[in-house]
Amino acid sequence: MSVLVYAEHDNASLKAATLNVVAAAQKIGGEITILVAGSGCGAVAQQAAKVAGVAKVLVADNAAYAHQLAENVSALVAEVGKGYKHILAAATTTGKNFLPRAAALLDVQMISEISGVVNATTFQRPIYAGNAIATVESAQAINVLTVRGTAFDPAAAEGGSAAIENLSTATDAGVSSFVGEEIAKSDRPELTAAKIVISGGRGMQNGDNFSMLYKVADKLGAAVGASRAAVDAGFVPNDMQVGQTGKIVAPELYVAVGISGAIQHLAGMKDSKVIVAINKDEEAPIFQVADYGLVADLFQAVPELEKLV
Amino acid sequence: MKVLVAVKRVVDANVKVRVAADNRGVDLTNVKMAMNPFCEIAVEEAVRLKEKGVATEILVVAVGPKEAQEQIRTALALGADRGILVEAADAQPLAIAKILKAIVDQEKPGLVITGKQSIDGDNNQVGQMLAALTGMGQGTFASEVNVADGKVKVTREIDGGLQTVELKLPALVSTDLRLNEPRYASLPNIMKAKKKPLDIKAPADFGVDVAPRVKTVKVEAPAARKAGIKVKTVEELVAKLKNEAKVIQ
Ligand SMILES: Cc1cc2nc3c(=O)[nH]c(=O)nc-3n(C[C@H](O)[C@H](O)[C@H](O)COP(=O)(O)OP(=O)(O)OC[C@H]3O[C@@H](n4cnc5c(N)ncnc54)[C@H](O)[C@@H]3O)c2cc1C
Ligand SMILES: Nc1ncnc2c1ncn2[C@@H]1O[C@H](COP(=O)(O)O)[C@@H](O)[C@H]1O
Repeated sequence: MSVLVYAEHDNASLKAATLNVVAAAQKIGGEITILVAGSGCGAVAQQAAKVAGVAKVLVADNAAYAHQLAENVSALVAEVGKGYKHILAAATTTGKNFLPRAAALLDVQMISEISGVVNATTFQRPIYAGNAIATVESAQAINVLTVRGTAFDPAAAEGGSAAIENLSTATDAGVSSFVGEEIAKSDRPELTAAKIVISGGRGMQNGDNFSMLYKVADKLGAAVGASRAAVDAGFVPNDMQVGQTGKIVAPELYVAVGISGAIQHLAGMKDSKVIVAINKDEEAPIFQVADYGLVADLFQAVPELEKLV
Repeated sequence: MKVLVAVKRVVDANVKVRVAADNRGVDLTNVKMAMNPFCEIAVEEAVRLKEKGVATEILVVAVGPKEAQEQIRTALALGADRGILVEAADAQPLAIAKILKAIVDQEKPGLVITGKQSIDGDNNQVGQMLAALTGMGQGTFASEVNVADGKVKVTREIDGGLQTVELKLPALVSTDLRLNEPRYASLPNIMKAKKKPLDIKAPADFGVDVAPRVKTVKVEAPAARKAGIKVKTVEELVAKLKNEAKVIQ
């Protein structure tokens, strides 16, 4: 039994999402190897080697992997992954991009976004926007899985001392190239890792009004999210969307402000520990999942909330 | 340039599905079905490329039950030129990608457009798998697509923001929500679509085995949340969060 975990990183540091994947790997059982593919990613390999429970770190340091282009990374993962029983990556936009491609190269039917490990060949995953949980079983030689981070408590970032091995493999498929990126910069915690998330919906009316939420968030050390409607309307950028087709969050506290609670939104936040809804419509479906519901005009309630926290 | 669009028949996005009593799946009796919303965006993008003179022909392909003809007809009404239905119920993403790969080999499209995710299985796999099998570059989760000079530039919605990649044609694009806003089919176009060609095939015609590789053991309802309460004021809310839920200080 051996598990290959693909490291999520930005060439400078290992992303926390990797720790949740390692936790899933530990539940599967067997020796865990982390694969770090990037460019100038030595520091990431060092951090990966310290993760508790990891036996080995493989490093593919090459310009071809600098931007995690799926064409290049999937070829590497399919090559390296042949020797493993399981290949795991985080269900982030990086993992979702390259892992199905690697699975197809290995002729494996991948299993997306597992939320539970029953045993080494049986997994749970949400389907239909989380309205059903499927238990699936695979008898394939290799199991290729993306892991829903919120479903697994992270492995310890420190405590391990894995051996680091450099790979000389370098694949540039030659069909794609990186042009550029616009990465949102924020001092607030990352949405998927924050203990408190405050999200705004169409009820916020415009982007400027989100400053009300940012003020509360800054007092609470919270991240700010949004519904699809708020993103579509251009109030906030796409990386803030919480939901079935956006980010999945499960913080200690989720505050939904001016969000109706469509199934697609609930799919992204209903595993939060405590849910608060502020909505002026007492019939809004969000109240069905809220632990504490406040029927109020958000333009009065949110500034008041800011004063009281 | 020919554009191939893959469309899937799924439960309508507005339906809240329920788990079937036998825990074998979800209850789909008398449930409204529709084209997967991300596939609607894919069809719309293809139609816009045709209107811009970039695409010359739009081929729609669905793998599904015979009723999936409805979704192909919808795509034809929206502006696609012809359709292929490969009849196979419940095929899994790898098998679907293999069927699509065989059709790509025959049809040689310059661009393939899929949705990013089907809203029933929430797989997010077929596009990437098809790109792997055909060796195409992939621009997944696209919010902007520009075709020029034998290349396609794709802006992608990623966790941190936006990323732009450039792919050699032929290439594969998978659509995200912000790529476009799909139009509605007009009645005259719905009538015209009935006369457009629609071929019916079987997986065996492409030599693809659709036997499931992953078996569904059971399907259950998610754990229900316990009923919450309504608070009357913001003060009461803050007090509850501090003293009862203990999630803020
Ligand atoms: C394929 C697909 C994928 C999708 N993916 C996602 C996803 O990932 N995430 C997501 O969120 N949605 C997603 N959606 C969209 C989803 O179906 C809903 O349309 C969306 O969540 C609605 O956003 P909203 O609640 O902000 O807006 P609305 O439904 O318009 O609700 C606005 C709410 O604000 C309240 N309000 C208005 N003014 C005030 C005020 N002054 N004070 C207090 N309350 C006020 C109203 O009472 C209302 O309840 C998806 C849809 C589809 C079809
Ligand atoms: N049965 C199918 N027939 C045709 N296209 C499909 C089928 N299943 C998935 N696709 C395409 O692949 C996309 C992603 O689906 P999935 O990988 O199932 O999440 C969909 O939006 C479609 O474009």
